[in-house]
Amino acid sequence: MGYTITEKILMAHAGKKSVKSGDFIEAKVDFCLGNDITAPLSINEFERVAAKKVFDNTRIALVPDHFTPAKDMKSANNAKQLAVFSRKHGIKHYYEVGQMGVEHALLPEQGLAKPGDLIVGADSHTCTYGALGAFSTGVGSTDLAAVFIKGKCWFRVPESMKFVFKGKLRKWVGGKDLILHTIGDIGVSGAAYKAMEFTGDAIRHLPMEDRLTMCNMAIEAGAKNGIIEPDAETIRYVKKAIKEFNPERKAYKCYTSDKDAGYSKVIEYDVSKIEPLVAMPHLPSNVRPAHKIKDIKIDQVVIGSCTNGRISDLRIAAKILKGQKVKPWVRLIVIPATQKIYLEAVNEGLANIFVHAGAVFSTPSCGPCLGGHLGILAAGERAIATTNRNFVGRMGHPQSEVYLSNAAVAAASAVKGRICHPEDVI
Amino acid sequence: MKYKGKVHKFGNDINTDLIIPARYLHMTTAEELAQHCMEDADVNFVKKNKPGDIIVGGDNFGCGSSREHAPIAIKGAGVSCVIAASYARIFYRNAINIGLPIIISQAASKELHDGEMIEVDTEKGIVKNVKTGKTYASDVFPSFLQKIIKADGLMNYTTGAKPARSKKKK
Repeated sequence: MGYTITEKILMAHAGKKSVKSGDFIEAKVDFCLGNDITAPLSINEFERVAAKKVFDNTRIALVPDHFTPAKDMKSANNAKQLAVFSRKHGIKHYYEVGQMGVEHALLPEQGLAKPGDLIVGADSHTCTYGALGAFSTGVGSTDLAAVFIKGKCWFRVPESMKFVFKGKLRKWVGGKDLILHTIGDIGVSGAAYKAMEFTGDAIRHLPMEDRLTMCNMAIEAGAKNGIIEPDAETIRYVKKAIKEFNPERKAYKCYTSDKDAGYSKVIEYDVSKIEPLVAMPHLPSNVRPAHKIKDIKIDQVVIGSCTNGRISDLRIAAKILKGQKVKPWVRLIVIPATQKIYLEAVNEGLANIFVHAGAVFSTPSCGPCLGGHLGILAAGERAIATTNRNFVGRMGHPQSEVYLSNAAVAAASAVKGRICHPEDVI
Repeated sequence: MKYKGKVHKFGNDINTDLIIPARYLHMTTAEELAQHCMEDADVNFVKKNKPGDIIVGGDNFGCGSSREHAPIAIKGAGVSCVIAASYARIFYRNAINIGLPIIISQAASKELHDGEMIEVDTEKGIVKNVKTGKTYASDVFPSFLQKIIKADGLMNYTTGAKPARSKKKK
């Protein structure tokens, strides 16, 4: 029997000639990352065992993106710990506020996540980079500390599930809707411990930014990783990113799944039947078509995050908001995920559209997505957000509510003051 | 290892935001985090919990964010071990890595109730209801993970360093 792309990447990095699901392997890590919440614990462990040197100071990214620009003194101390450690060990990819972006938007943009790479990050949404044909997964802080020292990590080889997306996307439907539909179908533990491999002609026609959104939310189905075989779109995206930001790290390798590879399950979806979707509180699997949702008034709208804070999301939002006004008593918070996206939004006139519509246009940060800062909900308040989790208390008070959607649904809802389909506005 | 304590029962899909809400993630010590353990799942948990007590969850315990603060908060609160029908994978790794005993038992997860006194024997793989005497089988760790557990966590397994988080008194 042949191998899946996930198995091939793990096999290559473990130096093995064969693997099967369930095997425990120790594999070489090409790149790792931590942020201002998770990396302080890793640094504490690194120092507790009196480690002297990191395995490779060009293969570590430290991104203070969650509670920055520092929201309070404790957060400032945590961010400082990253800066001090980075200076001490010459960490090449440390991103100070001003260069910093939301990590999972930043690394692909910088050409630091590449096809065939094995990447681990102390953040659950590290699975995002599978969109580029990498094996990429979230780990804990102690795992990251061990990677800092050895450049290796242990894994249990996952079974793979194949999701075949066929047909043509409807208007206002994007990667977010495809992944919400999938999670709605299989549930929040429907792919627990497994690799989710996305394929089919609809994926082949999907722009990279939408693919990143899909793999980003693989964790919301409990998956170890999401992954898409590299194609012309992948190569276009990766070459441009490498050339622009990190030309010295230009090597990559494209793996594909064998025709006779083994899958624990194969599921097919006809994307022409998928509408813009909304995940209702309090699970990402609680999915309903936007047009069927009536009379859900909102207090806040957030457009941003590692899921949907990319330039294509901001363009869609601006298209809907152009010449419109945010409904009175509603707050619209637009957060470009990186500095590059921020600048593009300014240069393309998108920032202008947002501010004229009555939105705030914020500096990059994870901010409200995890209830950190820049838009915390009060008791009884309700938000629609392009983020990835709608758990109890995720964006603030335990008695607040979060609804998840794509950027078009979120922007339209800001205009109407209630959750709606984009066509209710445009 | 053997543990004895009172059950605190929770449902399915207990995510790490419920275990330790992000509003406390600027904290990094077990002592601070323990004060807010399980706060958004049960606001009175910290008041009710006694050292040695046992958390019993359903399916997919610890799903969501990779925050290691979640098992640290549970361990810091003095919870002796966690039993669940299944775990989300990052939480499972993190618990092993920091030395929080973590047990899979579908039967125990289904049948145990809040407030019941139980005994857990991790080596034999047995969970016992003290009052009724009923026992439930639990999964034993795969041999690879036993090596990490025997080394008292991942860092010691990786570096051969001395345990600092060991419970054993020196």
